[in-house]
Amino acid sequence: MKNSIQVSLVGNPNSGKSTLFNALTGLNQKVANFPGVTVEKKTGVCVLGQSPSGEKIKAHITDLPGTYSLYPKSIDEQIPLQVLCDPDSEEHPDITVVIADASNLKRSLFLCSQIIDLKAPVVLALNMMDLLKARNIEIDVDALKEALGIQVVPINARLGVGIAELKKALLSPLPVPVHDFIDIHSIVGNFATEIKKIISTNSAYAAMQAVCNYQLISYFTSRPEKKMQLEALIREHGFAIPAYQSKETLRRYEVITELMKNCVKQTDVVSKKNVTATIDRFLTHRVWGYAFFLLILFLIFQSIFSLAQYPMEWFDQGFAFFSHWIESKLPSGILRDLLVNGILAGLAGIIIFVPQIALLFFFIAILEDTGYMARVSFIMDRLMRKFGLNGRSIIPLVSGVACAVPAILSTRTIQSRKDRLITILVTPLMSCSARLPVYTLLISMIIPTQNLWGFVNLQGLVLMGMYLIGFLAALGAAFVFKFLVKAGKRAYYVMEIPVYRMPRWSNIFLSIIEKVKIFLFDAGKVIIAISIILWVLSSYGPGERFAKLQEQETELKKSGENIPEEIENQVQSQKLEASYAGLMGKWMEPAIRPLGFDWKIGIALITSFAAREVFVGTMSTIYSVGKDNDNLLTVRDKMMAEKDPETGLPRYTFAVGLSLMLFYAFALQCMSTLAVAKRETGSWGVPLFQFAYMGALAYIASLVVYQALK
Amino acid sequence: MTLQAVKLSSLKKGDSCIIESFTNEELQLKLMEMGCLPGELVVVERLAPLGDPMAIRVSGYTLSIRLDEASLIMVTASR
Repeated sequence: MKNSIQVSLVGNPNSGKSTLFNALTGLNQKVANFPGVTVEKKTGVCVLGQSPSGEKIKAHITDLPGTYSLYPKSIDEQIPLQVLCDPDSEEHPDITVVIADASNLKRSLFLCSQIIDLKAPVVLALNMMDLLKARNIEIDVDALKEALGIQVVPINARLGVGIAELKKALLSPLPVPVHDFIDIHSIVGNFATEIKKIISTNSAYAAMQAVCNYQLISYFTSRPEKKMQLEALIREHGFAIPAYQSKETLRRYEVITELMKNCVKQTDVVSKKNVTATIDRFLTHRVWGYAFFLLILFLIFQSIFSLAQYPMEWFDQGFAFFSHWIESKLPSGILRDLLVNGILAGLAGIIIFVPQIALLFFFIAILEDTGYMARVSFIMDRLMRKFGLNGRSIIPLVSGVACAVPAILSTRTIQSRKDRLITILVTPLMSCSARLPVYTLLISMIIPTQNLWGFVNLQGLVLMGMYLIGFLAALGAAFVFKFLVKAGKRAYYVMEIPVYRMPRWSNIFLSIIEKVKIFLFDAGKVIIAISIILWVLSSYGPGERFAKLQEQETELKKSGENIPEEIENQVQSQKLEASYAGLMGKWMEPAIRPLGFDWKIGIALITSFAAREVFVGTMSTIYSVGKDNDNLLTVRDKMMAEKDPETGLPRYTFAVGLSLMLFYAFALQCMSTLAVAKRETGSWGVPLFQFAYMGALAYIASLVVYQALK
Repeated sequence: MTLQAVKLSSLKKGDSCIIESFTNEELQLKLMEMGCLPGELVVVERLAPLGDPMAIRVSGYTLSIRLDEASLIMVTASR
């Protein structure tokens, strides 16, 4: 026995696959992409036991996307085929674990039977045995084992029951399945035998999978001569794939039906009260269904705003205290400046938003885990279709509320190419969590903290309004694109509506950890880098003017303490104006003046192209440089104290704040989104178009609002 | 006695029927893999609030399917 084995986890959607994956690997999991495609690849390590010599035996588990069959209908579903049927695949398993929903055994066995016929070691994990009792179904596990000719382990992934037995089964040397599930030769005659001569396999079914899907399998794309032989054979036999697949499917279900007669007993046909149907009567009701959905959205945004406030304040105070501490310990100079105003300012700007992101994904994970997301799709499909979208688009769109990057990745579940492209085009209009910092900051500046009718937080209400604006803009844009985008191959909407289940807290916890990690490390490194670059840009400048100002500053410092603070501030502010950043902001000021923006906002607009939340970090840096460093006020207070140099009135009026919020609502200021859109559509055309149309929308909206309200 | 086959999309909430045939090969393959085989009993559980899609109970679970897709499935009424 090797000390490390490759295990693939496959199963139908909603079969509890990710719960089993979490139960096996816990926190030992990584998320990446499968090579060449942007389908999420979750891998994890699980210690199975010890070898006789005392060494740990580990299983490297790959969680493959959920599918009903090895024949792919979408890019996600290509992965199980490519991993299981391609000996060249990096993840090609030593053992395949098929997870089956025991309460839906017939359909689960279909996929399992295909994998059995590949003639590689396989274990069947029978999940959700707990649901059987309620339905008066009994499964004879031993008879099933006998009939399938493979190991069968009953488990309850939610409670962790049977996990130890499953690990034990993975440790024992597994033979290839003892007999074929269906006789392929009875369908295609000796065609399969001839294919087997081209590719070295012991399985007639693997040979047939190769015939049907060779374009997707790298074994053939990297061996052109084999591919040509295969194509010649297909022509020679006049082999028709759909007719064969149809026959194969029927034959498999015939065998499964027969098998279930011997292994499954349904003792009482009269089913008891169906809880799911009762709940659905309410949740898909024409009035209550939509009311409930709106209530859920309302609850999410209210709690993000008020609940997240507490940890955010702690972080804020913590960073202020820490900056102060560093300033008191280190001598003043470039290093201290870089640390406090460059690195720490950037770090604070990232970490402070973790509570909000965690809370948001807490809710999204619950909606998904309970099965409610599928109902959202069900009640929204008709509406979404009017806008050129799809009931399934609601999931990327709602995820877009957190971040457009994973949301665009999740559009892969939309099979219609046109619907998918439109969803990608409009998803960045949804207000993502990176805009949240910008909204939070600006709302707290221009909207008073007060409650409406005693219980509705007014700031929360305005925030919800910003989210609604984003959503409506996305729908409007989708409606326009519906007429501009050409239709591709017909796709189907058909999907399962799972039964309601209690959320699994460990799944939700792991999902939050994963999303926060992605935010901290993917967005985080950009933010820190930008923060440092910005510190350089705003601390140094070209030409004599900047040098003179620097001299003036040094002289001021030398001359002692009786210099009025105002003069010192003025020098600082002049210095910033003369810096590289100030020059860039000034250069673009004429273009953004009609929107109510000054050159400081101009700088923020440039830097936050990297990611919108950089706006806050930029403002922190600009204002901590522009003011004296002894008094570490929060960036908000500093911005609010800013006066318009011409009128002497506060710089951030209601009109400026709203105009700025709208600009951030519409403009595609996120290079990660552009990069993902490029990867997902295969060209720069789509992201460049997105950037242009969203930028135009932003400029016009801000212009109109500022000119009307100023 | 043979009953007249109708489109699944023409059924109302609560109706039940037997799958007879499919008029689209691609959809047929997808549905068959999911257990919607000719001869299988289908019950219309409900229609979405806006009248489309429909939720059907088949082979022990619930599927959501658009009316234009359901119109590609021919069924006979079951009593």
